[in-house]
Amino acid sequence: MRAPLPGLALEALPGAVPAWRARCGRDQWIAAAQAVSASGGRLAALWASDERDAGGAFAAHALYATFEGLLWLELAVTANEGYPDLSAIFPGARRLQRAAFDLTGMLAQGAADARKWLRHGAWPAQAFPLRKDFEAAKTFASEDDRYAFVRVEGDGVHEIAVGPVHAGTIEPGHFRFSIVGERVLRLEERLGYKHKGIEKRFESLSLEEGGRLAGRVSGDSTVAYAWAYAMALESMAAVRPSARALRLRALLLERERIANHLGDLGYLGNDGGLAFGLAQFSRLKEDLLRANAELFGHRYLMDRVVPGGVAVDIDAAGARRLLEDGERLEAELRTLRVIYYDHAGLQDRCINCGRLSPQVAASLGVVGLAARASGLAMDARAHPGFAPYDEISPRVTSHRNGDVAARIVVRFDEVLESLALQRRLLEALPSGELRAALPEPAAHARGLGWVEGWRGEVLIALEAGAGGRIRRCHPHDPSWQNWPAIEHAVLGNIVPDFPLINKSFNLSYAGADL
Amino acid sequence: MHKILFQIARTGICTEAAPQPDAALRTAAPALNADVLKLLGRALAIRHVDAGSCNGCELEIHAANNPYYNLEGMGIKFVASPRHADLLLVTGPVSRNMEVALRRTFDAMPEPKLVVAIGDCGCDGGVFGESYASCGRVANVIPVDVAVPGCPPAPAAIVQGILTAISAPGRAP
Repeated sequence: MRAPLPGLALEALPGAVPAWRARCGRDQWIAAAQAVSASGGRLAALWASDERDAGGAFAAHALYATFEGLLWLELAVTANEGYPDLSAIFPGARRLQRAAFDLTGMLAQGAADARKWLRHGAWPAQAFPLRKDFEAAKTFASEDDRYAFVRVEGDGVHEIAVGPVHAGTIEPGHFRFSIVGERVLRLEERLGYKHKGIEKRFESLSLEEGGRLAGRVSGDSTVAYAWAYAMALESMAAVRPSARALRLRALLLERERIANHLGDLGYLGNDGGLAFGLAQFSRLKEDLLRANAELFGHRYLMDRVVPGGVAVDIDAAGARRLLEDGERLEAELRTLRVIYYDHAGLQDRCINCGRLSPQVAASLGVVGLAARASGLAMDARAHPGFAPYDEISPRVTSHRNGDVAARIVVRFDEVLESLALQRRLLEALPSGELRAALPEPAAHARGLGWVEGWRGEVLIALEAGAGGRIRRCHPHDPSWQNWPAIEHAVLGNIVPDFPLINKSFNLSYAGADL
Repeated sequence: MHKILFQIARTGICTEAAPQPDAALRTAAPALNADVLKLLGRALAIRHVDAGSCNGCELEIHAANNPYYNLEGMGIKFVASPRHADLLLVTGPVSRNMEVALRRTFDAMPEPKLVVAIGDCGCDGGVFGESYASCGRVANVIPVDVAVPGCPPAPAAIVQGILTAISAPGRAP
């Protein structure tokens, strides 16, 4: 990688992801962000860490995705000075910075919005859970949340407060709508209800044990998280899994994508008034989950990707079964796609509903299928050198409209593409060991994981402690960048369309609440 | 329209006689249906609250409503308000940020009411345990009648847990 700034000493991180790391100075922190932005890069993640036990004070970390790969910048900071705000350059940094403050006390200096984010009333403002001297088991008397929502005023404006407990079987979060009549003037999300201290929990685990927790950051993306975690650990141990293990991982990841897209296509039909779609797609999803249970021992494939490789294998009969299932599923999908695309009621609900323009998507750093539906054709699977996808050439789907309909089209295309990838993976499965042994990484070794899950890119930044423990693990869900996009996509739409718009993104609360 | 009708006809009815090829469940289901009839007039209303799960359990609760398990076909349905609910289905360890919302949801339900905790986290806190941010198992926050282990529990196990709760004698007031 060419350094975005002169004077930045880049250290290449070994492993599956093209990634570099550098320590930077305070002035370089902003200059680097500007240089990355100017060259078409984006902010992929941001977090802070306590370095007092390692001879420092604290550190702010920014992870950028550029055309060449990932760039991990670390800035040494003190509790008093904090770090310079990045949200003026990357608006997607806002919530990440607020969360980093709640957990470590490192303030983004100059940020316009310094309200709390993950902290509600469970711990006081002066306590910072991710500081090393904060005891994980310590509990505090609950305080009132007292969160200051932005109030819209004017003739006929009123508010609708929804959540945290929603009407359906969905995760908890709060939505504050300011409306006139039925039209949405503003939506403000308040998340963090599911914060259960995952990052602190990681620090009580060994590197080996961490994989199981990583697979439960967002259950619907368990394969993506487990793979990203394994990739980070393999990166610091400089171990590359066998070609067979990598292909089996890709097989599991594509099956996770298919399962989630099938579920979403069903619910999108249902929310659009076509209950037939839900019945059909939930049947197809169930067939897939049952095949997963029979062949791999778990319906959602939890704990099947492990550090060093995979915990499952497939024989010729199993591969044949998946290929036959795939052919049947493809035929059904083509039938259902015609029905969805021809259905006047669905067209009426979905076309031009919840539009996210390519400009807004790019400025917020939106990722994954939502980005691809808004004209940003990016996909970590298509990154040069990303094994094993570099051998099976995935086609990146995209659409220009950025509306609910576009996100439906992208899902249909991606399921069909995943079935094609599954075929390519199964037809040429090389032999090789399933799981390589991992040597214990040195203390302070660092690794990155980057996997394109069904929703978008999942990132893991991992640092080893002494004796095979985890010193710091930061999991990053694509929902961080995509939640703010919903606030934009609903503007000007009517309140009854919100469930449909929300579903068309289907973001994770658990993944971003940590 | 004809394409939809043709697809429905081609699909047929895939609902299984019992939620899962599990002998114990098959024999239990008809008797429990009678219990549902007796106690609740063939309509058990469930309110689900995710109190901090990884969202894996939600996937399986959704699956319990798919055509194979067809929970609604047994007279059991999910409702939007706790005030309409007979049974509260709770997933996850209870995050401290959800503690108040869970208690309020429980308090909003009319008596008699039942609580079923779903998943390893609901049973004992699971991989998340108890911490500054997690209260651990559901029973640490509200009274629980039935706890269904699994990570996540299969749809049939969830259905079984719900049916078990209806057949159990009520708690002493």
